[in-house]
Amino acid sequence: MAAGVATWLPFARAAAVGWLPLAQQPLPPAPGVKASRGDEVLVVNVSGRRFETWKNTLDRYPDTLLGSSEKEFFYDADSGEYFFDRDPDMFRHVLNFYRTGRLHCPRQECIQAFDEELAFYGLVPELVGDCCLEEYRDRKKENAERLAEDEEAEQAGDGPALPAGSSLRQRLWRAFENPHTSTAALVFYYVTGFFIAVSVIANVVETIPCRGPARRPPREQPCGDRFPLAFFCMDTACVLIFTGEYLLRLFAAPSRCRFLRSVMSLIDVVAILPYYIGLFVPKNEDVSGAFVTLRVFRVFRIFKFSRHSQGLRILGYTLKSCASELGFLLFSLTMAIIIFATVMFYAEKGTNKTNFTSIPAAFWYTIVTMTTLGYGDMVPSTIAGKIFGSICSLSGVLVIALPVPVIVSNFSRIYHQNQRADKRRAQQKVRLARIRLAKSGTTNAFLQYKQNGGLEDSSSGEEQALCVRNRSAFEQQHHHLLHCLEKTTCHEFTDELTFSEALGAVSLGGRTSRSTSVSSQAVGPGSLLSSCCPRRAKRRAIRLANSTASVSRGSMQELDTLAGLRRSPAPQSRSSLNAKPHDSLDLNCDSRDFVAAIISIPTPPANTPDESQPSSPGGGGGASSTLRNSSLGTPCLLPETVKISSL
Amino acid sequence: MGAVMGTFSSLQTKQRRPSKDIAWWYYQYQRDKIEDELEMTMVCHRPEGLEQLEAQTNFTKRELQVLYRGFKNECPSGVVNEETFKQIYAQFFPHGDASMYAHYLFHAFDITQTGSVKFEDFVTALSILLRGTVHEKLRWTFNLYDINKDGYINKEEMMDIVKAIYDMMGKYTYPVLKEDTPRQHVDVFFQKMDKNKDGIVTLDEFLESCQEDDNIMRSLQLFQNVM
Repeated sequence: MAAGVATWLPFARAAAVGWLPLAQQPLPPAPGVKASRGDEVLVVNVSGRRFETWKNTLDRYPDTLLGSSEKEFFYDADSGEYFFDRDPDMFRHVLNFYRTGRLHCPRQECIQAFDEELAFYGLVPELVGDCCLEEYRDRKKENAERLAEDEEAEQAGDGPALPAGSSLRQRLWRAFENPHTSTAALVFYYVTGFFIAVSVIANVVETIPCRGPARRPPREQPCGDRFPLAFFCMDTACVLIFTGEYLLRLFAAPSRCRFLRSVMSLIDVVAILPYYIGLFVPKNEDVSGAFVTLRVFRVFRIFKFSRHSQGLRILGYTLKSCASELGFLLFSLTMAIIIFATVMFYAEKGTNKTNFTSIPAAFWYTIVTMTTLGYGDMVPSTIAGKIFGSICSLSGVLVIALPVPVIVSNFSRIYHQNQRADKRRAQQKVRLARIRLAKSGTTNAFLQYKQNGGLEDSSSGEEQALCVRNRSAFEQQHHHLLHCLEKTTCHEFTDELTFSEALGAVSLGGRTSRSTSVSSQAVGPGSLLSSCCPRRAKRRAIRLANSTASVSRGSMQELDTLAGLRRSPAPQSRSSLNAKPHDSLDLNCDSRDFVAAIISIPTPPANTPDESQPSSPGGGGGASSTLRNSSLGTPCLLPETVKISSL
Repeated sequence: MGAVMGTFSSLQTKQRRPSKDIAWWYYQYQRDKIEDELEMTMVCHRPEGLEQLEAQTNFTKRELQVLYRGFKNECPSGVVNEETFKQIYAQFFPHGDASMYAHYLFHAFDITQTGSVKFEDFVTALSILLRGTVHEKLRWTFNLYDINKDGYINKEEMMDIVKAIYDMMGKYTYPVLKEDTPRQHVDVFFQKMDKNKDGIVTLDEFLESCQEDDNIMRSLQLFQNVM
């Protein structure tokens, strides 16, 4: 449970006095309090440095090493203190967490060492307080990246070994993605690069005017028209190579849909399409204009170089991520252009033989002036025009020069900020998940406690399961409180699964009123769950077990993100089979007989003889559960297999 | 030229330091304003001496010490407000919504209706609830139920309280909570408590009815050993 809640327990329990007059049944007796020693000072010796603290302080977080009974393993009876052979400087932060509820991250220490200490003392890294969380995560990420880079650099030397027997497809894809892995791939890489260069140069060269053959007026025509065959052959060769490469990539791609949608493949397609379209388009005058336009697209072949150049890719990504700033720049420029163009047009309207024939025509002047180009093809002649023209050029400097550095710094700031915002969103999700988990952990702690027969009379002392006895005093009292609430309202806490089943049972037209109908009704869901279909029961039980998160010690740590960090078994609920079937508790509630059927998978060892279905200990990792077999208060209809408990 | 200036200035800005543009200054100004407001509302309250509290309540010195240490840790300013009450209760009863009950509880603790509960109020109420006589406990409970503190409990007030208690159970209960369950509960309660059937319960009726009920008498002893 979260910080300091233990301190408020007396208050919460006292406030339960308010329920008493409303309770329609007698409330359960309070758990017996062990000899209350009062608060005492514990001495924790960490590698020679002694820390002293109240016992209550450590008890605040019962699911950590210092707050639970695990610290008894480190107790030194001779000196009467708890000895830990760990770093005392780090321990200071851990102890401060107990005192203040916030875990701070030391600035000078290695983040890896800090993590190890946290893992040892049973604290999850999510507990790092807000003030230090960002820095902690940044440093951790840096560390991880550095390690990853080192690994990569190591690996890149030898090249990752492909599993033997990989298909041709996989080898081909790998050759395409990492050209340095084999000589063939390298050769292919350079050949394609060469042909891209050749194609681009050919496109450029075929427009250069070459001196034609001796004609009466020596006419200059572009080389492309002079040597059409040569250029056509070169073009064909390049396109053939590009087509071949594209088809090979398509074949080798692990996910063809994704490959088809990727930018690089689109560029490839755009690079080779014009040629094929040109092949099929007849060479008549009408469409040759369009055909000529198509040739423009051949310049896109230059973008194929981005596969060969890391820098181009980074630039592309930069522009993409900076798009909104660029958009804003464009927008503000457009506004300024329109304003000034309008003004210049109306200022120059009177002059005859003026270049400012319309506002769009004035756009050109405005753009050229604002970007300080000043071609001089359009010049204002009136005085007003000149005044506004100078204002235009001065403001142009401002309008352009101001956003550009802002964009540049914005880009760098926004880029990092976006990363941080994503991190924060992910953290938020994790945090909400943690809170939900802690909540469900508490809920399930109580439900688990009920399952394990914690609600029995404490008179049957020895037979009471170990799990019930091993709970901390705080948990005992908290569960007693929840039990009191149940009795006050004549309703029980259940989990979602049983609730939806009960809902279904009710909607099936059953009303829980008389005992006979109750038992037949009870068997209804019960039999569905259990004996008639033992396998289904197991499956359902698996689902149940998986849905109830592991309780107590493991509750805070069963986050998905921390899978594998610390799978501490829940000591309390492990060997938690009831020795005796759970006897029915008498309820004085007005003519209500309810049945709670909670079924789960047994874990070894099975003490009870009437335990049926000793299925293999299947249950989910931390969430151990027991197969509930308890006698019915009402006549038992399926004696040999499952008995449903009636509470 | 703009591009040159841009790259030059970008080389200057470090990544960690926020760029000091207008937006940043505005944000700082806002933050300072908020901090000033916070300063004014930060109240530090110290309780009276330990001996006095010991005399006024039924706790021993050690118990008061433990209580105060916990209290001070959670509320360094020395007072608890309603929000904190609600949060505490939400942690104890995660299944459902404990805020309404916490609200009524807060107003029962806050005798002087100042909007915040000091340590003395806290300890006084705890003393009654844990160490008080049956009479005192029942009187405190009556005060809790009497939301408008007019000396009478009517059906609406009881409905509110019962509804708040049922809210704490949450959604997933067995059997399924029906709409009129609270109302039925209130009717049963009034049948028992309202002796002269006039629709309201006075303190005397309440005390009398509770003392006749064995269950309630027994349950009142339950929370004795909380410390």
